[in-house]
Amino acid sequence: MTDPSTSGRAAPALGIAAGVRRGDPSAAAVVQRHLEAIDEHDGVLHAFLTVLHDSALAEAAEIDRRVAAGEAAGALAGVPVAVKDNLCTRGVPTTCSSRILEGWRPPYDATVVEKLRAAGAVVVGKTNLDEFAMGSSTENSAFGPTRNPHDPERVPGGSSGGSAAAVAAGLVPMALGSDTGGSIRQPAALCGVVGMKPTYGTVSRYGLVAFASSLDQVGPITRSVLDAAALFDVIAGDDPRDSTCLERPSPRCAERCDQGVDGLRVGVLAELLDGVDPAVGARVRQAAEVLAAAGAHVEERSVPELRLGLPAYYLVAPAEASSNLARYDGVRYGLRVEADTAEAMNSATRAAGFGPEVKRRIMLGTYALSAGYYDAYYGQAQKVRTLIIDALAAAYQHADVLLGATTPTTAFALGAKVDDPWAMYLSDVCTVPSNLAGHPAISVPFGTDDGLLPVGVQVLAPALGEAVLFRAAAALEDAAPALSAPRVLAR
Amino acid sequence: MAGGRLTRADAAYVARLARIDLTDEELDTYAQQLAVVLEHAAQVAALDTRGVEPTAHPLPLRNVLRADEPGPSLDRAEVLAQAPAVEDNRFRVPPILGEAP
Repeated sequence: MTDPSTSGRAAPALGIAAGVRRGDPSAAAVVQRHLEAIDEHDGVLHAFLTVLHDSALAEAAEIDRRVAAGEAAGALAGVPVAVKDNLCTRGVPTTCSSRILEGWRPPYDATVVEKLRAAGAVVVGKTNLDEFAMGSSTENSAFGPTRNPHDPERVPGGSSGGSAAAVAAGLVPMALGSDTGGSIRQPAALCGVVGMKPTYGTVSRYGLVAFASSLDQVGPITRSVLDAAALFDVIAGDDPRDSTCLERPSPRCAERCDQGVDGLRVGVLAELLDGVDPAVGARVRQAAEVLAAAGAHVEERSVPELRLGLPAYYLVAPAEASSNLARYDGVRYGLRVEADTAEAMNSATRAAGFGPEVKRRIMLGTYALSAGYYDAYYGQAQKVRTLIIDALAAAYQHADVLLGATTPTTAFALGAKVDDPWAMYLSDVCTVPSNLAGHPAISVPFGTDDGLLPVGVQVLAPALGEAVLFRAAAALEDAAPALSAPRVLAR
Repeated sequence: MAGGRLTRADAAYVARLARIDLTDEELDTYAQQLAVVLEHAAQVAALDTRGVEPTAHPLPLRNVLRADEPGPSLDRAEVLAQAPAVEDNRFRVPPILGEAP
């Protein structure tokens, strides 16, 4: 276990856990303080859909009992964690920010939620998202948008915008998000926090409400790279309830964050700088210089196939979504709009229960899978995934990690892109290649733009390359220009 | 309709396949917005991918079967408590037979 007291590296969550294991402060005091911060600030931010005051304090009391009894309290003992509301929590509403699941109380916990609690973490609430994780601004929530702590008139990104905003505002030190096309990394970048998408198959998807099954992964959102590595270490691992999980030894990334980047080969990806705001591009260049100064060999790299990523993603993801979301039929759970026949009931329920973006994706995916179009769209897009995987494999012959922007812009104004779907989809252009390839990637806060809004720099690594990913991310964090304090911040 | 404009009738056909009741106004909006996405998708559709295998899952996986041992499953009462309508320990639905094809 990493002891942050012997490492100089910032780790607010691990610091809390180390204190709780010593009995000072108590988990109860830590959780109480964070619940009060949520109560004070979430009226402005709307990061949370559900706050679990009672169960969180009960879980904290159990941690304190274990500490007092000399029992193992866990790597995340007493750490308050927020969980995106597309992760199932037994007996606790899990809405996916959709009317169609309003009031649903899952009969089981997601594997990652079980793992959190087994490590001593305390689940303090469920966070807002774009409906069924479809969006890049958290404006597609049926329960209203989340606001960016750095500027409440701007979006926090999405779809894990509630988790990113809660961490950025200090309402929790760590949170879980899910990333299908950038939904952890993009809001992390826009909110000035760390967000990481693991290798596909590394973290169980059991209890993650499915969006696009061949792309979805759960991952950490934190205020420091070491905390992200520690949370990843906790949630990673094989799960017999997810047939796509890889058998893989414990990654133990937290203990490798300090290994440095001396001799590491870093490729700066031209395609992940192309078309991004100049202020964002300048920060990526600066990040490359930082790594070079720390001993890395930095070279420009071009992987032209990445330009196919966005159009391929917007065929694969909606196609899989249209299939996955067929389960919301008004029969077994959630909303039902009564009608005379089953089909009329299905169609009326889905019309009333889904919001505009979810309907748009289902329409797009259904079209892409419909007779006569399957080969031209979904089939071709699946072949593009192969082209991207092969091209990245060639790039990794000459580089250990790749570097680029996380998002083309910093946080945009609420409402700026809601009427232009493709403009919103472009927010994902730098993040979707890692999902299509199944590779890990991380966004690290790296200074601000001229308007003091946070900029995220993205590190990409080959499949199962989390250890080197966190090493490079830690080196960036060590030399990152400061952020300005969020306007909404718990003290 | 491939690569070109989508009509309201095209959108209505897709909405029927997807089992979503949409208004004429929604059909027109989605027809127009889907056409924009499909314009971008045209570069994918037009690629020469002869000899390229599709990727269904990004990493090679081995099919695994768990040991055939009985274990607990979800509690029936807890599951049925979430259903909109239940009868005799089963999900209750409107008539299915006798509908139009």
